[in-house]
Amino acid sequence: MTALVEGRTGEWEVVIGLEVHAQVVSQAKLFSGAPTAFGAEPNSQVSLIDAAMPGMLPVINEECVRQAVRTGLGLNAKINRHSVFDRKNYFYPDLPQGYQISQYKQPIVGEGTVTVDLPDGEARDVGIERLHLEQDAGKSVHDRDPRNSLIDLNRAGVALMEIVSKPDLRSADEAGAYLTKLRAILRYLGTCDGNMEQGSMRADVNVSVRRPGEPLGTRCEMKNVNSIRFVKQAIEYEARRQIEIIEDGGSIAQETRLFDPDRGETRPMRAKEEAHDYRYFPDPDLLPLELSEAFVDELRAALPELPDVKKARFMVDYGLSAYDANVLVAERETAAFFEAVVAGGRDPKTAANWVISNLFGSLNREDKTIAESPVSAEQLGGLLDLLADKTISGRIAKDVFDEMFKTGKDSAEIVEEKGLKQITDTGAIETVIEQIIADNPKQADQYRSGNTKVAGWFTGQAMRATQGKANPQLVNEILKDKLG
Amino acid sequence: MALDKQTVARVARLARIHTNDDQLDALARQLSNILGWIEQLREVDTDQTAPMTSVAEMTLAMREDRVTDGAYPEKVLANAPVRTDDFYTVPKVVE
Repeated sequence: MTALVEGRTGEWEVVIGLEVHAQVVSQAKLFSGAPTAFGAEPNSQVSLIDAAMPGMLPVINEECVRQAVRTGLGLNAKINRHSVFDRKNYFYPDLPQGYQISQYKQPIVGEGTVTVDLPDGEARDVGIERLHLEQDAGKSVHDRDPRNSLIDLNRAGVALMEIVSKPDLRSADEAGAYLTKLRAILRYLGTCDGNMEQGSMRADVNVSVRRPGEPLGTRCEMKNVNSIRFVKQAIEYEARRQIEIIEDGGSIAQETRLFDPDRGETRPMRAKEEAHDYRYFPDPDLLPLELSEAFVDELRAALPELPDVKKARFMVDYGLSAYDANVLVAERETAAFFEAVVAGGRDPKTAANWVISNLFGSLNREDKTIAESPVSAEQLGGLLDLLADKTISGRIAKDVFDEMFKTGKDSAEIVEEKGLKQITDTGAIETVIEQIIADNPKQADQYRSGNTKVAGWFTGQAMRATQGKANPQLVNEILKDKLG
Repeated sequence: MALDKQTVARVARLARIHTNDDQLDALARQLSNILGWIEQLREVDTDQTAPMTSVAEMTLAMREDRVTDGAYPEKVLANAPVRTDDFYTVPKVVE
């Protein structure tokens, strides 16, 4: 399926490739023992290696290597057991070395695939070109001083994985779905926390347009876009801009552009005097990275169940719809919560409904994550048990849930306290119904003369009289009996 | 392979090495000589030889993922020509 964009002179195909920079989850930096935690005081997490003092030698952090290999395995990619670190040379104040240690011709991970779930329910494979390890740069603060930029090197030297897709994406929605899936995989693997606001995942977006079937057009790159929504906006805007230029008889200049989220537009970055010439060469401070087969196999054996496999299992084992399964596996924590609810043989479809509609609904309203849920999986399970053994009705269950969410109490405790147990005592319900019939002879006559619509009205009255506690099935049976 | 003056000026600019115009001819000559020597080496047939990245017969040493360094902004900033609080301060760079 290819989404085409209609221009003034016919249809256009948008071609998108993404380079995602994902910060590796590790305690220490890629080549130094300084910490990686976010939000520390400026320059307090900097070693003399990160500050590029003379005579300092980089030593690679083994866990960062493991994280890159795990990610490669999670992307069904080829692991290169021989890879090389290169110096990418450029000058910028937040790069004290004057070069970034990166991988150029021989990255640690080669080609792979991500299966992307599109909004229309279809799934599509998107190619991964490569993944390589590199150092992050420091941070420049431009808005604290009108004349100067302030430099904080805390982030300098933190390990990044640059994950490059093939130009396989054809619309903003596909790009969004790809990022969502990639983020889920990284979070399942625990190799990147995927927190885009804190900058631990950022995307460079390459966009070009062409007539369907023609060779690729000239591309423009938007650097450092830091949310999925902005990536989609940048693509929409940029595709439109390029189509208009070409339709007006112009041509696209290959350039780096900046996406401005406030205006929702892209514009050229200040023209560089010099086209980038990074003069890559192998870093003489580092030997090639050689991985044994055992090293890779051990990591492969310890991989967690990833979203695609989990989704398939949820559909087969629990009989869930593709939609429900997708929603539940989107986050590892959500899937674990659901499995804890169904543990002990509770009905999976009911559990899925409650987790998706009631729990997610309440969490969203209060802007909470599943980890912050006031209702634990065991507690929600307890509520479902009360529903299953008919201790409470479905309507009451919703009220009990709201109360649980508010107070964190167990369902049984709330039912007991508030006397919400379902009335299944036929005698008690009969008494209530006889009273209603006696009080409303007109409606009773209407029913007897064939107007069965008033039956609903009687059920409503009976439920109201019992504060919703009567078993609705029993009410209907008794009504039919008494009015028939 | 001979380098012209423009190329030498460009390489110098990329490396942030200041050069005066009257130095360029001499630099071009010297660098061309070095390149000529490298080109001579390239005549050796290395088709069957893997690139040598090091003379040491060892593999890359790795470190454990433990925090062992940092927490000394004073040391890090000791040589900073200008600072604001604990930030390095440089002339404005804006993209």
